[in-house]
Amino acid sequence: MAAADTPITANEYISHHLVNLQVGSGFWTLHLDTLIVSGLVGCAVFGLMYHVGRRATAGVPGKLQAFIEIVVGMVDRQVKDTFHAKSELVTPLAITVFIWIFCMNALDLIPVDFIPKLLELFGVKYFKAVPTTDPNATFAMSLSVFALIIAFNLKFKGAGGFLHELFTAPFHAENKLLQIALAPVNCVLRVIEEIARPVSLALRLFGNLFAGEVVFILIVLLAGAWSGPTLGSAASFLGHVVLSLAWAIFHILIITLQAFVFMMLTIIYLTLASESH
Amino acid sequence: MNINATLLGQVIWFAFFVWFVAKIVWPFFQRVIAERQKDIADGLAAAERGRLELDSATRRAEESIQEARERAAEIIAQAERRSAQMIEEARAQAKEEGNREKTAAQAEIDQQVSRAKEMLREQISALVVAGAERILRREVDAKAHAGLLAQLTQEMR
Repeated sequence: MAAADTPITANEYISHHLVNLQVGSGFWTLHLDTLIVSGLVGCAVFGLMYHVGRRATAGVPGKLQAFIEIVVGMVDRQVKDTFHAKSELVTPLAITVFIWIFCMNALDLIPVDFIPKLLELFGVKYFKAVPTTDPNATFAMSLSVFALIIAFNLKFKGAGGFLHELFTAPFHAENKLLQIALAPVNCVLRVIEEIARPVSLALRLFGNLFAGEVVFILIVLLAGAWSGPTLGSAASFLGHVVLSLAWAIFHILIITLQAFVFMMLTIIYLTLASESH
Repeated sequence: MNINATLLGQVIWFAFFVWFVAKIVWPFFQRVIAERQKDIADGLAAAERGRLELDSATRRAEESIQEARERAAEIIAQAERRSAQMIEEARAQAKEEGNREKTAAQAEIDQQVSRAKEMLREQISALVVAGAERILRREVDAKAHAGLLAQLTQEMR
């Protein structure tokens, strides 16, 4: 499986799987696999939702319509339970985040060699199929959310309110002198807090999915230990099948959970941004 | 971990999908879900209204039955009273009729009796006159004593 025509070492196999299909150099490198796969996944799933939504009826819904309604209804309820300010953006944002991340994560369940091997037939040397194992994809979303947090702060509190909060929270003081003394501390804390949010948001998703992907690759290496029809080879191949299955089943939980966590934190951060402390 | 221009591309994708969902996809489902919620709320309200109407109809029906029963009892009582009264009236009328008939018959009898007496008297007076006539035929001139005889007859009446 892993060993194709020329035998490669485990090390080579793993590093081969961790290289993106890219063009350009330096900062202006583009990971084509990430861009194409995430775009295709998004177009497919949101296109499907558009297709279903366009002919959706308020009467008895079809199976697909009911399923989509359950998902968007769930997200909408989470938003309504948490976010109380008035905004037309939060629910669609949360829906996009949850569904897009879930579908990109779900690509992790396709056997690790399946898509790269298929594309190798067309001369594509490297391909990482799961966009969320690329920090560019996760940081793109978390930084967009970060920008929205700043925008919500300015929109709901005004520039003055935002600045006031920046210097007076989390440590309050009645005394004027103490207030001035606490201002830099508050400001530093707030800046760290704000920066930690997008970083943790992106790294949590990336880390979980990347680790999952690596575990899949390592399991597949077991099958790569095939050295002829011996008992040991058979055992390791069987072990690879069983472990892959077990990890995939467990991974379904991670896929869903990470999508949900990213969505919930997005909602919560925007809620915090729209409400005064 | 290498951050590069891919991030910008991903931001564009993300922004595009958020825009697409916010402007096109979500409104469809928002509308449908809102409509269905309204339908369900209407249905529940209608069911509640129906239940209340059924309750009041049942109550009205019971009231009507009760009223009808009372009225029937009243009518029966009235009819019984009326029949008793009619029997009583008929009896009284029959008695009165009988009395009247009896009185009429009595009057008839009395009349007959008085007529018979009259007739008897006339005949007796005629017999007396005839007897007297026969006695007096020779000595008394009928013509001379006609006045006397008429007076006599008159007295005997």
